[in-house]
Amino acid sequence: MRQTEVCIIGGGPAGLTAALKAAGLGAEVTLIDRNDYLGGQLIKQTHRFFGSKEQRASERGINIARELAEAVEKEDKITVLTKAAALSYYKDGVVMVKQNERIIKIKPQKLIVATGGSEKNLMFPNNDLPGVYGAGAVQTLVNVYGVKPGRKVLMVGAGNIGVIVSYQLLQAGVDVVGIIEAAPKIGAYWVHASKVVRAGVPIYASHTIKRAWGEKEVAGATIMKLDEKWQPVPGTEKELDVDVICLSVGLSPLTELLWQAGCKMEFIPELGGHVPVRNEDLETSQPGIYIAGDAAGIEEASAAMMEGALAGLNAAEAMGYKVSDFKEQKEVVMKELNGLRSGPVGEKIRKGLAKAIS
Amino acid sequence: MRVNEHPILNFEKGNKVMFYYNGQQLEGFTGETIAAALHANGVRAMRESIHLHRPRGLFCNIGNCSSCLMMVNGKPNVRVCVEKLEEGMMVETQQGKGELK
Ligand SMILES: Cc1cc2nc3c(=O)[nH]c(=O)nc-3n(C[C@H](O)[C@H](O)[C@H](O)COP(=O)(O)OP(=O)(O)OC[C@H]3O[C@@H](n4cnc5c(N)ncnc54)[C@H](O)[C@@H]3O)c2cc1C
Repeated sequence: MRQTEVCIIGGGPAGLTAALKAAGLGAEVTLIDRNDYLGGQLIKQTHRFFGSKEQRASERGINIARELAEAVEKEDKITVLTKAAALSYYKDGVVMVKQNERIIKIKPQKLIVATGGSEKNLMFPNNDLPGVYGAGAVQTLVNVYGVKPGRKVLMVGAGNIGVIVSYQLLQAGVDVVGIIEAAPKIGAYWVHASKVVRAGVPIYASHTIKRAWGEKEVAGATIMKLDEKWQPVPGTEKELDVDVICLSVGLSPLTELLWQAGCKMEFIPELGGHVPVRNEDLETSQPGIYIAGDAAGIEEASAAMMEGALAGLNAAEAMGYKVSDFKEQKEVVMKELNGLRSGPVGEKIRKGLAKAIS
Repeated sequence: MRVNEHPILNFEKGNKVMFYYNGQQLEGFTGETIAAALHANGVRAMRESIHLHRPRGLFCNIGNCSSCLMMVNGKPNVRVCVEKLEEGMMVETQQGKGELK
């Protein structure tokens, strides 16, 4: 059994930042990730970031990931376990981890769960055919491995992710036949949307996918118009010649370990699904278990880093590590986080968090 | 299909390796996942669903969803989206829940 002061599950932007902050206060940290690299979703994000300037907007996600990962690897107080999947959490506070076909038991004094999210599927006939992918999946294939998912793509969902991945597909030489969006207006920021529009990709608002075609793989798709009540309008069907259907319809938090730990969970659509109830310090209903990033509610990378910072600081402080400027450090992060969540863009998150914080 | 030119990314390939997909010899590179190598060769179906025997492929590509389970070197339920390719690997379509050989 390994003992550690703070164990962090997930080495994405949230987990990496949590590790740096907790170690910064003096805590001894074990950071585990099931991948053989650190950085989480950020490692495939080649675009300049959305978000405000202080939060490193205009930097590419991939570079932020590298910087954070390097800082973590340099820090003596942090032990990194990669290719290590946290399988379960037990009543006595033990985390079971599988690494290299072996089981490792870790008993932390504080646990931070920063496992991120997983992409949602959408219901339509043939949605299980090979050729239907999550947008993040396609992004990984193209940007990390340099491999194309197919020739012609229908993107479902015109939020930031759908539009950004469409553009990245074009950069990789894959044709994007169209982007459809069920809402009457697209959700993506105009900086991103204008790029695909300029490249000649049509965006169909108030449209949904009726079905996919194909026997063994996707060979086409039918889309159709939606009326003001989001009901399909008969006679508006349009067939598209595509071999890839990319779903960009949101993510849901990965919370299995939190369920196992008996954390109080609440279904909050604004945060992507079931999320743990937490206090201002990001501690769940189970004392000593903290959350950060997409696992706490689907948001974005800058928010994930700030939540990670808070969870790291709070967990280390709860361990008894004190620094004179603790309050100031926390306030700086809180201020940035509140700034990020302010205005019309942050409305959904604010509404969701109001329900999640007890 | 591979991306040959890219405005901002450079894809550094590992060593070229041979592997087998349902007995057929294919080429891939070390450092890439089995799923990426299969896609590069135009193979997108990975397993058959348990009840209706429908073809299934890659969906999440980060080891979450279990859509891409295949038999690798006789071992079932390998998530080929996260498992790295190695020389001589025997990769097979998985039927249903797979069988331990
Ligand atoms: C296509 C796409 C484009 C995006 N573009 C932007 C953008 O432009 N700007 C922006 O701010 N955000 C963007 N985001 C969102 C951003 O990537 C996420 O909000 C952010 O990565 C969340 O960070 P995280 O640390 O919470 O989770 P993740 O980055 O998902 O990291 C979670 C980590 O936990 C690990 N893990 C999970 N379960 C376990 C387990 N049981 N055991 C061990 N390890 C585990 C995973 O392997 C992963 O490395 C985008 C997302 C996608 C999919």
